[in-house]
Amino acid sequence: MEKNDQSQGILWEVFIQGNPGIPHKHAGSLHAPDAEMALQAARDVYTRRSEGISIWVVPAQNITASSPEDNGSFFEPSNDKPYRHPTFYKVPEGVKYL
Amino acid sequence: MNELEIAKFELCLRMGDSALILGHRLSEWCGHAPILEEDIALTNVALDFVGLSRNWLSYAALIQNEGKTEDDLAYLRDVVLYRNALITEQPNGDFAVTMARQFFYDVFSYYFYIELCKSNDLTMKGIAEKAIKEIEYHLRHSTEWMYRLGDGTEESHQKLQDAVDELWMFTGDLFVTDKNYDLLFENNIVPEMKNIHENWHAKIVDVFNKSTLVLPNASFMQSGSTKGFHTEHLGFLLAEMQYLQRSYPNNNW
Repeated sequence: MEKNDQSQGILWEVFIQGNPGIPHKHAGSLHAPDAEMALQAARDVYTRRSEGISIWVVPAQNITASSPEDNGSFFEPSNDKPYRHPTFYKVPEGVKYL
Repeated sequence: MNELEIAKFELCLRMGDSALILGHRLSEWCGHAPILEEDIALTNVALDFVGLSRNWLSYAALIQNEGKTEDDLAYLRDVVLYRNALITEQPNGDFAVTMARQFFYDVFSYYFYIELCKSNDLTMKGIAEKAIKEIEYHLRHSTEWMYRLGDGTEESHQKLQDAVDELWMFTGDLFVTDKNYDLLFENNIVPEMKNIHENWHAKIVDVFNKSTLVLPNASFMQSGSTKGFHTEHLGFLLAEMQYLQRSYPNNNW
């Protein structure tokens, strides 16, 4: 099959929210011809064991990603700034999902 | 069984067998669907139907009161004792045939089960309330495919139109009533079938219009499932489905 073959629809990235109040997490991807079918396929592929309460589907082509060459300028400058981590604070008891 | 129990038993078989046979048909797609995502979707729906059939057949066994189980009813009954709607036993054909068959049945079961949620029979009411959410999803899924295949390419449109024309004569059988059904209706156990048929027809017309499909005008309808008269396909299906229990009686895993 050719790389750009779209006979199975375009590629969608699926994000699932597991519980109220927590972020949608990337669950995987799938092929579908349009948004509604992508949503249904996501429901069938990724939530059939009660994994979620909300689904986002996003066309993979609409995601702009950083490239590995960006790593130096993007991420390394923060390596020597540990004070930006919240580890200097005491986390109040009972705070979940931090 | 008294008259009312017989009527209830027959309805359990009618709904339970339809779910079992349609579930089995859909399961035949496992590993063969056009795309992976749809393969999972179809088998999900198949499992919903098999689960639903278990509820109906265990209730049937309870009413029958002969010490049988849902498995006895599923695996040890012959063609003439099956009461599934004729459309559910029709072969999968191509994807368009499977989807048209599914859509016709989903619309029927949507309107039927919604009304059955008001049944005087608490077990049937419970079965319906549990099933209706799954059925809503089935209908959404098959409806979306009707739009996409019908109003898709020239080829997909033609295949779906052919499928619809081919299956049309089996749709009337869904709405057949007999003295058993009438007795249940008099006792507020089942909805009026005439209303289900009207709702079904209106929905079909609406989706056909949006899908650019032409409503078949053939008026001849096959029937007979409520008396155990089936098309030739059911025997082959049961031969495969019941093979294990028939060959190795009482075997289990």
